[in-house]
Amino acid sequence: MAQFEDQSTTVYKIDPEHPESETLPTLRTEELLLNMGPQHPSTHGVLKVILELEGERLVKSTPVMGFLHRGVEKLAEEGTYHQFIPHTDRLDYVCAMYNNFAYCRAVEKLMNITVPDRAEYLRTIVAEIQRIIGHQFWLGTQALDIGAMTVFFYCFRDREILLDWFDELCGARLTTSWYRIGGVERDFTPSLFAKLKQFLDYFPPKIDEYVIFLEKNRIWLARTKGVAVISAEDALSFGLSGPTLRGSGVDFDLRKYEPYSAYPKCEFSVPVGKNGDTYDRYWIRVQELYESVKIIRQCLEQIQDGPIMADVPSVTLPPKERVFTNLESMIQQFKLFSQGFNAPPGEIYCGTEAHKGELGFYIVSTGGGKPYRLKIRAPSFIHMGAFDHMSKGYMISDAVTIFGTYDIVMGECDR
Amino acid sequence: MSQLAQRIEDTFPGACTKVVEWRGDLAVTVKPETLHDVAKFLRDDPALRFDYIVHVSSVDWPDDEDRFEVVYEVYSIRTRQRIRLKTRVPESDCIVDSLTDVWKGADFMEREVYDMMGIRFRNHPDLRRILMPDEYDEGYPLRKDFPLRGKGWRDTFEFLDEPTR
Repeated sequence: MAQFEDQSTTVYKIDPEHPESETLPTLRTEELLLNMGPQHPSTHGVLKVILELEGERLVKSTPVMGFLHRGVEKLAEEGTYHQFIPHTDRLDYVCAMYNNFAYCRAVEKLMNITVPDRAEYLRTIVAEIQRIIGHQFWLGTQALDIGAMTVFFYCFRDREILLDWFDELCGARLTTSWYRIGGVERDFTPSLFAKLKQFLDYFPPKIDEYVIFLEKNRIWLARTKGVAVISAEDALSFGLSGPTLRGSGVDFDLRKYEPYSAYPKCEFSVPVGKNGDTYDRYWIRVQELYESVKIIRQCLEQIQDGPIMADVPSVTLPPKERVFTNLESMIQQFKLFSQGFNAPPGEIYCGTEAHKGELGFYIVSTGGGKPYRLKIRAPSFIHMGAFDHMSKGYMISDAVTIFGTYDIVMGECDR
Repeated sequence: MSQLAQRIEDTFPGACTKVVEWRGDLAVTVKPETLHDVAKFLRDDPALRFDYIVHVSSVDWPDDEDRFEVVYEVYSIRTRQRIRLKTRVPESDCIVDSLTDVWKGADFMEREVYDMMGIRFRNHPDLRRILMPDEYDEGYPLRKDFPLRGKGWRDTFEFLDEPTR
């Protein structure tokens, strides 16, 4: 930044090499530093970004993170594997189910447990519902941030139905903790099945409704098309994942390429964008809503009766009703929560395709009931690493669009 | 030994100190001075093309001579495989070559490793704390000798539930 001796009045400068410019004075310019956040409605939590501006163009942006840092990785080292499940809810608090899922899958990989079929289907259904909720939340808030308010109300109206459904399923709307290592906490009731089927008929026309609001909205188009463009090569190099990566034309979805749970038994396509801009990422997310509905429908058709928890007494929890009636089960439950199970020494990484991107858990075990080291690969955090690169040269108002395009949640970013 | 590990060993003789394949994950430990070359090779070799960085992590082993372990996990979109690249450094000289020029995403992830474990990275463009406050000086929270409750810095703040009068 240029420094001038007389800060108050010197706005004209004579260029010594071109004396003729004496009559055409040059205007003094300097870059402006602007703090955005941490208390700003469209930073989706407590994120601060220091923007360096040249006029209204972004020259450099430095994200300042950690306002929501709670030391989750350190806490994980102090508790047993089962005890960590509720902590994962608080990572990405918008989509708790997916965090539970990713964590349970990682521990199952560590313990080499196979989950029964029915549980896999239940898990897939709930994970896809969570994906719908996540994308609805994203669409609503992104549209609200960049000037289309109505979509927000429509998205939240439908999101509410699913949150109530979660409430009936596990007693909580956001911090669900429904997944368990080796299975799920409880089965769906007939009422839940009925409500879900009803929702699947209700929902696809509503997605068309969201699209109607946006596809011809000039403000939406002007503010998303060609904004925050990133090439496929750069996106990979930055470690972007999920819709943010697929928007750049990279066909990478762990549900397809490292299939898990009931996904290999379902048919679905992975929408891939072309231009790598905010509009393509929006389009991908909307298409994924349709795909999720498709996946849930197939799961509901294929699901069979069976156990919902793997039968590995040294690791998995006994059914709740047995805990209250059977002495051995109560001891099993008590021991699993207080001492944990004996994990084999070794290390694994297990990535899961959450709606934001690849949510992974890297667990190092030295044996015993507690993880020696647990590292969370949080997509929000990694996406923020590309913020400076993606925002360079855009207008200051686009900064808001770029936060939004990652679908950032600070609970996960700061951990 | 898997094909991939063999390939690294052939290209960089003596670089791999340990190769582990467990639960389908391949982890290759290399000497810290060869880390950067191996990473570049993994990214640029036309048959491998590990172009997607998954995460950078660190593990503290206080009883070992080489106390810190830095872990890079990368994925190849072309061949659809993962590899975990690790290196070990002693506490007295805990500095590793930064891989920011190989994978751009390593920038923030390495900053997090520095913030949490105190491992420094050579040639890193902006090695500052990222999650903890800049002025934080109690050490590195994820080290094993750091207590869970912290070292007292937290108590210097006033909390709302404390009587203020």
